[in-house]
Amino acid sequence: MLKQIVRRLGTAVPSLIGVVIVTFLLTRVLPGDTAAYFAGPAATPQAIAEIKTKLGLDQPLFVQFLAYVKDLATGNLGMSLTTGQPVFEDIRARLPASAELTLLGLILSVAVSVPLGILAAVRQGSWIDHLCRVVATAGVSLPVFFTGLLLVYVFYYKLGWAPAPMGRLDFIYSAPDTVTGFYLIDSLLAGDFELFRAAWSQIWLPAVTLAIFSLAPIARMTRASMLSVLASDFVRTARASGLKPSKVVMGYAFRNALLPVITTLGMVFSFLLGANVLVEKVFAWPGIGSYAIEALITSDYAPVQGFVLAMAILYVLLNLAIDILYGLVDPRVRIEA
Amino acid sequence: MRGKAMSLAATDAAPKDSLFSHARHIVAENPVTGIAFGLFALFALAALIGPYVVPHDPLASNTSAALQPPSATYWFGTDQLGRDIFSRVVVASRLDMIIAVASVALVFVAGGFAGIASGYFGGWTDRIVGRVSDTIMAFPLFVLAMGIVAALGNTVTNIIIATAIINFPLYVRVARAEANIRREAGFVQAARLSGNSEMRILLGHIAPNILPIMMVQVSLTMGYAILNAAGLSFIGLGVRPPTPEWGIMVAEGASFIISGEWWIAFFPGVTLMLAVFCFNLLGDGLRDLVDPQRRT
Repeated sequence: MLKQIVRRLGTAVPSLIGVVIVTFLLTRVLPGDTAAYFAGPAATPQAIAEIKTKLGLDQPLFVQFLAYVKDLATGNLGMSLTTGQPVFEDIRARLPASAELTLLGLILSVAVSVPLGILAAVRQGSWIDHLCRVVATAGVSLPVFFTGLLLVYVFYYKLGWAPAPMGRLDFIYSAPDTVTGFYLIDSLLAGDFELFRAAWSQIWLPAVTLAIFSLAPIARMTRASMLSVLASDFVRTARASGLKPSKVVMGYAFRNALLPVITTLGMVFSFLLGANVLVEKVFAWPGIGSYAIEALITSDYAPVQGFVLAMAILYVLLNLAIDILYGLVDPRVRIEA
Repeated sequence: MRGKAMSLAATDAAPKDSLFSHARHIVAENPVTGIAFGLFALFALAALIGPYVVPHDPLASNTSAALQPPSATYWFGTDQLGRDIFSRVVVASRLDMIIAVASVALVFVAGGFAGIASGYFGGWTDRIVGRVSDTIMAFPLFVLAMGIVAALGNTVTNIIIATAIINFPLYVRVARAEANIRREAGFVQAARLSGNSEMRILLGHIAPNILPIMMVQVSLTMGYAILNAAGLSFIGLGVRPPTPEWGIMVAEGASFIISGEWWIAFFPGVTLMLAVFCFNLLGDGLRDLVDPQRRT
């Protein structure tokens, strides 16, 4: 098993190299003449040349690339002009907020879409099957920022069930001591249930928004893969042997149908990480997405590059985790390797 | 393999009238596709003649009529500057359609050609195209689009380019698979024997045959392209105020949602949703028409 994980780690290396090359190219393109940009509009040609030497922009591209890789290896992503902090520190401080929201959204989404997909497949053609189809088509058509605003209108303005969309905690509370960086977990660890309630009341609406967005692909894939497994010989044999329907569906069919669903998770994460940026803007969530948006508006490019790189590395790692999970769920993959 | 290629060649040459009766059958069986066609016609009409028929000037502000709820004069209400939201939504459809159509056309040509070439030639072409696609897929796509627009500059053209780039792998994958199963098909071998150059076989013989499948891909990704472009303008990239565009209009209305003025963000948002919904349904309908085996 360990050998296999190491081999899978190896497959992530080309992706990581590609990511680093692309982000390097984005730095070179951006924004026009980098030296002139840093020197400001009133700079003399001499000052621009000086900054070019200082930034190493007069070096051959390959040398610049090596310098870039060296910076990355030491965690140097440049300084943010807006916050005055190193970008690496900013991203590290804000990453837990984004991760907590994304993971909660994914958990909610899986909790609804997998049972929905299974029921739709077991009772093919029933109302729940049609519901599944409507959810799947509507889910991919809804702009996530629009769903978020609709939910805010209904649950904050009309019903008053949710607080104003203003970040992770109401200002009367102070953040729990950092253990994991996830307020929900940290507040429980501190034994502060009121704080947990406060954090939960802020997070549930954005998490539901993300969940609605990612329901569609998971439900659709669960249904399709359950349908093909339910039609297979071993399920027919299990049924013919007189096993209980629940045992056949959950014990035999579901385990086999799980594999394509896990593969879909890779795509779902790609959507979720992108949608996360939009949801963070709608709910003023202090994660790395809103950090990047603030930086974009003020033309502060170092944080944007740091953000793209951080997201890409995160995504490569998530795909790696999915691959390893796949190996755990499917013993055949382990034997072949 | 050979058998499959032969049968493919046979279905590729199916007579036209059977395709039409098949299309009628599909619309009859699935009226939703018919509705989607109607919606599509409506959006196309709005994009073509919208600016000439709207009741109000989409850019004219009228502070005495600011923040009015929907009424007989202002069908969708007015925004904080008193601009008519209905007119803005209709006029915006042109820009949104241009962004979607241009980006999809761009990736159709570039991704389609790269995919056909990599499926047909294999070898190094395939390896290079595959590597480029994999690298794009290594990013969360919306995040990559943000990065590209930030790097190239904050303009509508760059939104189109970024949207095309993130769709590139999808087109490559479809075109590559389709070209690959046809590379040794009878009609290709015949064309080669008659002395056609490789490029001519690629563009004149293989490309027309995979066109139907590629068209399905076009309508399936069109909805995604609109969503992506609207998402980018929602966070303030590309389109600038006061230009009417659905994403930016939702963004402008966002701050009024918490004080109860729902209509400013609601109508552009619903229109955006309908446009995406319409393209997704059309894509599903087209797929049933072209490739019935892939129905789910």
